[in-house]
Amino acid sequence: MSELKKYKELALGGNIEKGGTAVDFKTGDWRSSRPIYHPENCIQCLFCWVYCPDSAVILKDGKVTGFNLDHCKGCGICAHECPGKKKVKAITMEEEVK
Amino acid sequence: MANLKELAARGDKFTGGHRACAGCGATIVARQALLAAGDKPVVTTCATGCLEVVSTIFPYTAWDVPFIHSAFENSAATISGVEAAYQSLKRQGTVTEDIRFMAFGGDGGTYDIGLQALSGAMERGHNMLYICYDNQAYMNTGIQRSSATPKGSSTTTSPNGKKIPGKVQFRKNLTEIMAAHGIPYVAQSVVGNWSDFTKKVEKALAKGGPAFIAILQPCRLGWGYPPELTAELGRLAVETNFWPLYEVEDGQYKLNHTPKERQPIDEWMFQQERFRHLKRPEHQAIIAQIQQDIDARWEQLNKKCSL
Amino acid sequence: MQKIILAKTGNEAMALAMKQVNPDVVAAYPITPATEIVQIFSQYVADGEVKTEFVAVESEHSAMSACIGSAAAGARTMTGTSSQGLALMYEMIYIAAGLRLPIVMADVNRALSAPINIHCDHSDTMGCRDAGWIHIFSENAQEAYDSMIQAVRIAEHQDVRLPVMVTTDGFIISHGMERIDTLPDADVQSFIGKYDPMMHLLDVKKPFTVGAINLTDYYFEHRRAMVDAQNNALKVIKEVGQEFGKKFDTNYGLIEKYQLDDAEVAIVALGSTCGTSKVVIDKLRQQGVKAGLLKVRVFRPFPTEEIARALENIRTVAVLDRSDSVGGFGGPVFTEIRSALYGSAKKPQISGVVYGLGGREIDMEQIEGLFMDLKAGKVKADAVSYLGVRE
Repeated sequence: MSELKKYKELALGGNIEKGGTAVDFKTGDWRSSRPIYHPENCIQCLFCWVYCPDSAVILKDGKVTGFNLDHCKGCGICAHECPGKKKVKAITMEEEVK
Repeated sequence: MANLKELAARGDKFTGGHRACAGCGATIVARQALLAAGDKPVVTTCATGCLEVVSTIFPYTAWDVPFIHSAFENSAATISGVEAAYQSLKRQGTVTEDIRFMAFGGDGGTYDIGLQALSGAMERGHNMLYICYDNQAYMNTGIQRSSATPKGSSTTTSPNGKKIPGKVQFRKNLTEIMAAHGIPYVAQSVVGNWSDFTKKVEKALAKGGPAFIAILQPCRLGWGYPPELTAELGRLAVETNFWPLYEVEDGQYKLNHTPKERQPIDEWMFQQERFRHLKRPEHQAIIAQIQQDIDARWEQLNKKCSL
Repeated sequence: MQKIILAKTGNEAMALAMKQVNPDVVAAYPITPATEIVQIFSQYVADGEVKTEFVAVESEHSAMSACIGSAAAGARTMTGTSSQGLALMYEMIYIAAGLRLPIVMADVNRALSAPINIHCDHSDTMGCRDAGWIHIFSENAQEAYDSMIQAVRIAEHQDVRLPVMVTTDGFIISHGMERIDTLPDADVQSFIGKYDPMMHLLDVKKPFTVGAINLTDYYFEHRRAMVDAQNNALKVIKEVGQEFGKKFDTNYGLIEKYQLDDAEVAIVALGSTCGTSKVVIDKLRQQGVKAGLLKVRVFRPFPTEEIARALENIRTVAVLDRSDSVGGFGGPVFTEIRSALYGSAKKPQISGVVYGLGGREIDMEQIEGLFMDLKAGKVKADAVSYLGVRE
């Protein structure tokens, strides 16, 4: 999608002809900190998943397995909402090293 | 109501890769609303504003459902037209699916410039759910005051200055205005309570006819707080009674949550930059007025709910 | 082909055309002098004579917004308005064209406030001339009726896909009773054919996005595509007009030449003034004055080449504008035509005449006087004058 199209190659009226094409756009480099998953503390409550503004919590068979770092902007809502196991968080935020 | 496992199994219809700020509450609203809509087909629209701008930068769209944006003040009118087309084509047999219609608008596009179009659409009785993601100011243009902006809030057009400490007026109660339309379903929800919001979206869609949900949406940029607090500050607004969770179904008011212990409003306000100036001792009276207003509104609401 | 002769006002004729088109959706709001169109159409809906879903919106802005939603959802969509209503729609007028939605609108031309005035001039639609819509003016109720039917074909044509406004002169045509030839419903239906929306929002299995934001990288390309669509429309409007003529005996083109080819003095006009001018020309011709008329039926796309060819051999031309581009050099028709002639080897002496604002009457004597002044060389070339105003 990076190649800019000429006007005759575009769909009528500026339509984006397919839904959900934003998945191809990477916002991961906006991050200043990244979520780290600690599965041993995860109770699979899915709060991280449901509150993620960027749909960046990866689920497999309905269970959290990690993060889509192409989209994750590092807001930290997941870590904040995480109840963890016995008050020990299953997600912590770690500063990005550039 | 669908539980989180069921929601997760549905898969996202609002994708990542959009350009919202880190910690954006508006995209949480869109995502959860579409998850709640479930497998039933839904056609959506959104007023010009943060949600629309961040989600449809050509050629990338975060909407994996049919979506139309046309302008700022007319989200309700635009979806009226889509729904009218549906009624016509369904009657004629060219469209066979059972489709639902959902419109989004920020508080600027809903309380202010879009109020007329919203009122008209609700009065006409289109089969549509309008969701106002209420972040209490014009965030997309850079945090200007709207009629949803709470008293005391410093915005770029109601700034805290030497003479005037932020917005002078109390906010407008749009939810009550919508309830006065006598439509089948009106509700208030909040970012930070996924189950309340999911339940309300499901209910609104299942009822049929016009429905309205105002969802309070913390905005980390406009409110001024660390991005991880988006859901937390929504919940705290409910615990202070600033933003009660309630619904009006066929004219019947119902409170959905009563705080165990009502939190003082400054607990919520002082976690946000927009109210920081009110910490000064000379503004204590303003805080008192705001608290008084919240308590009075809460009392009124409770009266309606106990009828 | 059997035509049905009826006595109809312009508004009635346009409403009848809408009924026979039988659109899927009409969203509209009342405004003088176009109210009747919506009113009559509402009665068709109430009587079950059309399959249309009628949306009685709360403003013209919402009317066009709903039309946009409806057209994007794959419904054949029509509306009607005038003047302030069109002005209130203005934002959405651009959007309808930019989204390439084939909406057809009846507009009854009326002056814009202030001062408030309900009578005819062309300021309202001229204000939208750069919006990307196709603009078709009508000389009388017959043309309004015929053009409304043709407009559906033009708007929906695959090479065009642009909204079309068909206009009548407020009160003069909208409320004037005329004898018109109408077509049987079935003929209208077979002429317009079935609408193929290509992509539409109700096709829920193929989700797509309408109205995305364009940054500096794509906005220009999308606007550029509209230019091609307008250029394509020049051909399509003629083809549709000729096919209409073949089937129903009256041909339509972009312009109409009346006693023009050998004319020494000519005027250019739009709308009902053309009818008045034809009567004057007949009289002058009998007196040996070589007078002629160029009627511009289609103002957008502007038929630049046809107009230049039609006018380049005429000695003196006055362009009549029923609206003014205040602060500019003459009205919009004058500036377009003067520009169209710039590349011609031979050019007529040309002047602009602004007339009839706010419904100020123009009568046969005035038009005759104008012709005589043109003939006598009394009209200053490359200048703009105001006809019928107390100066």
